Amino acid sequence: MTSSASGKLNKAVKQQYMELPQGDKVQANYIWINGTGEELCCKTKTLNSEPQTIEDIPEWYFSGLGTNQAERSNSDMYLIPKAMFRDPFRKDPNKLILCEVLRHNHKPAETNLRHTCKKIMDMVENLHPWFGMEQEYTLLGVDGRPFGWPSNGFPKPEGPYYCGVGTDKAFGRDISEAHYRACLYAGVNICGSNAEAMPAQWEFQVGPCEGISIGDHLWMARFILNRVCEDFGVVASFDPKPVQGNWSGAGCHTNFSTEEMREEGGLRHIEEAIEKLSKRQSYHINAYDPKGGLDNVRRLIGYMASDINRFSAGVADCSASVRIPRSVAQDQRGYFEDRRPAANCDPYAVTEAIIRTCLLNEEGAEQVKREQYV
Amino acid sequence: MNLLREMKENDAFPRGSFTLYRAVISCSLCLFFFFLFEISVPSGAVMSTSSQLNKTLRSHYLSLPQGGLCQVTYVWIDGSGEGLRSKTQTMESEPCNIKDIPEWIFDGSSTSQADSKNSDMFLVPVRMFRDPFTLDPNKLVLCEVLKYDRKPADTNHRQACKSVTEKVKEFHPWFGMEQEYTLLGVDGHPYAWPTNGFPKPQGPYYCAVGADRAFGRDVAECHYKACMYAGIKISGSNAEVMPSQWEFQVGPGEGTEIGDHLWMARFLLHRVCEDFGVIATLDPKPMPGNWNGAGCHINFSTEATRAEGGLEHIEKAIEKLRLDHAEHIRVSDPHGGQDNLRRLTGLHETSRIQEFSAGVANRTASVRIPRQVSRDKRGYLEDRRPAANCDPYAVTRAIVQTCLLEGKEEEEADILSDTEINNLE
Repeated sequence: MTSSASGKLNKAVKQQYMELPQGDKVQANYIWINGTGEELCCKTKTLNSEPQTIEDIPEWYFSGLGTNQAERSNSDMYLIPKAMFRDPFRKDPNKLILCEVLRHNHKPAETNLRHTCKKIMDMVENLHPWFGMEQEYTLLGVDGRPFGWPSNGFPKPEGPYYCGVGTDKAFGRDISEAHYRACLYAGVNICGSNAEAMPAQWEFQVGPCEGISIGDHLWMARFILNRVCEDFGVVASFDPKPVQGNWSGAGCHTNFSTEEMREEGGLRHIEEAIEKLSKRQSYHINAYDPKGGLDNVRRLIGYMASDINRFSAGVADCSASVRIPRSVAQDQRGYFEDRRPAANCDPYAVTEAIIRTCLLNEEGAEQVKREQYV
Repeated sequence: MNLLREMKENDAFPRGSFTLYRAVISCSLCLFFFFLFEISVPSGAVMSTSSQLNKTLRSHYLSLPQGGLCQVTYVWIDGSGEGLRSKTQTMESEPCNIKDIPEWIFDGSSTSQADSKNSDMFLVPVRMFRDPFTLDPNKLVLCEVLKYDRKPADTNHRQACKSVTEKVKEFHPWFGMEQEYTLLGVDGHPYAWPTNGFPKPQGPYYCAVGADRAFGRDVAECHYKACMYAGIKISGSNAEVMPSQWEFQVGPGEGTEIGDHLWMARFLLHRVCEDFGVIATLDPKPMPGNWNGAGCHINFSTEATRAEGGLEHIEKAIEKLRLDHAEHIRVSDPHGGQDNLRRLTGLHETSRIQEFSAGVANRTASVRIPRQVSRDKRGYLEDRRPAANCDPYAVTRAIVQTCLLEGKEEEEADILSDTEINNLE
């Protein structure tokens, strides 16, 4: 097995140290999205007492040079605390703090998509938009091969692995289990998990979360996953098509509803929203991975997914761009599932796009500039 | 080791204590190497990569408190009729009974149960157990599967079983099932057998003890404890005739209860094996040649057979079974009897698949009356035909239908296939 050197460090020894009391001091781990728009960074600061709310956590700064986010001459970037969680690695009273990044002039960094998303969400607060996101990911060894796959070969074709149980069906369940429990402890709104269609691929679901909090919770869940994998010595990849050929890609299906859709007769509003989405395929594809659709091109090829060039929708249709669950069609109310976002999407970008199209009625292939808040 | 062999040949120790001594030495050496390398890989065993993930680390995470939240894992039978699938959901609080657990849906196109154009299938919770992997308050929930039109899925034999057993409640039919299984490495060879080779012939392994007799006892022991924790009616276990083959027994249970408990016990077995990095196969003949197959003998009784003079009712039931042999072979495995063809040869303590036979204490018969039952003139019968990979719902339904639903003409009219019964809903 190609696990990392760090993964083999003695965990019983580590436990001895981690159990040492720390008086009143608290470790606050600041977490942010770096210049790639996909990866997370973190650093820790000692606080003199346990923060009770996010307001108790001071702003901080970091060197944007090291994270591809700034120039040499002006490298300080600001970390603004936005959401606080318990720390499942260092345990109480220590905290994980999700931050947004501002440049030296206090404008949002290029990959800080939270800033605009929050403003959009504030505009539609009264409609109570809920999101649930289904994060798929693939476990790899440090050699880049999927975890548990034979070296120089492939496992049996897909079929037995989705929700599978058994040594020859489920590869790396410990990580999924550890991650789930860590998220529950941290206060991340994790609502489910399952093994996925490709061996060594897993999924967890976050939600339902209202407005901006879906992005916060999903990014924190991704951080926790990366840290759990680091501990075990394996890698979690969010690449949308980690293995070419007849192997499933990895997506981040996004479930969406408003108060109207959840009420009696809400199916009508769901269908209206889908109609609006059908007219903006290129705008949404652009928002659904960090490279303007170039990553998703490898995944949305019609194999276990829709076709990237063509919008489609259907009840219980797993090959469509948008699926209306069977139970929603029967109850005439509920939510719909946009199956296009890639596993490495930015949830702030995805949820903002859905709000703009479905609730703010924006049209066209380009993002509408809203002067009043830029 | 040479000294040990010499002592054995010279019979320097009485047999029993020498075996114990040898077992202690083997265990100590295994423990030594375990601590030296933090792995334990007995000769010829090929274990999975997943099982080598650090379990101390896992333990840190799984002992994190989770507030009042509860993880509920839904378990169901997939399109193969043999495989099990599961996925987990968070609930706001611990469910007190099955009614507290909501229905769910899953993608049937990924489990060979639906087309991708119409893939949603329903999971309907039917029985709740404690979760021995993530522990209280978390739950494992056995579910039955319904298609998009709410009719039972093709491999959902539970509904048919339920409707038949409802009709015979007053007979209080009890079932006990003896699940045999074989442990394999990830290379498909039986666990701990010499690589590209075979152990000594059968003889010393049944109910045996000792490192050269019992292969993989940890799995059987852990599975037993997990079942007891979960609330499964596990009533016993033993090592089987073929090395690396084990058996556990579930029961007694009435109606669909035995099927529910057996399917969940199978789920626990696969999960325990996943943790240890080995495979449990329910294939009825995992090794061709002079090696035992794996069955799921089913013990059956009614209030009448258990009462004084019950032997008469047992013999009547056997006569009814004799007339219905083909139907019972059809439901004895998930492939209409094709799997069992490799197992029921008349050798290795099996009957011949083509003929029905019965006898007291006769392990080469289709149905055996235990010696004690014959002496007490009451008790139960043992149907030895079902394969290890049978669906317990299908098997118990067939027995009840044949033995308890009255009258031959009515029986013929009543012998509906599961699909016909499902279409009556």
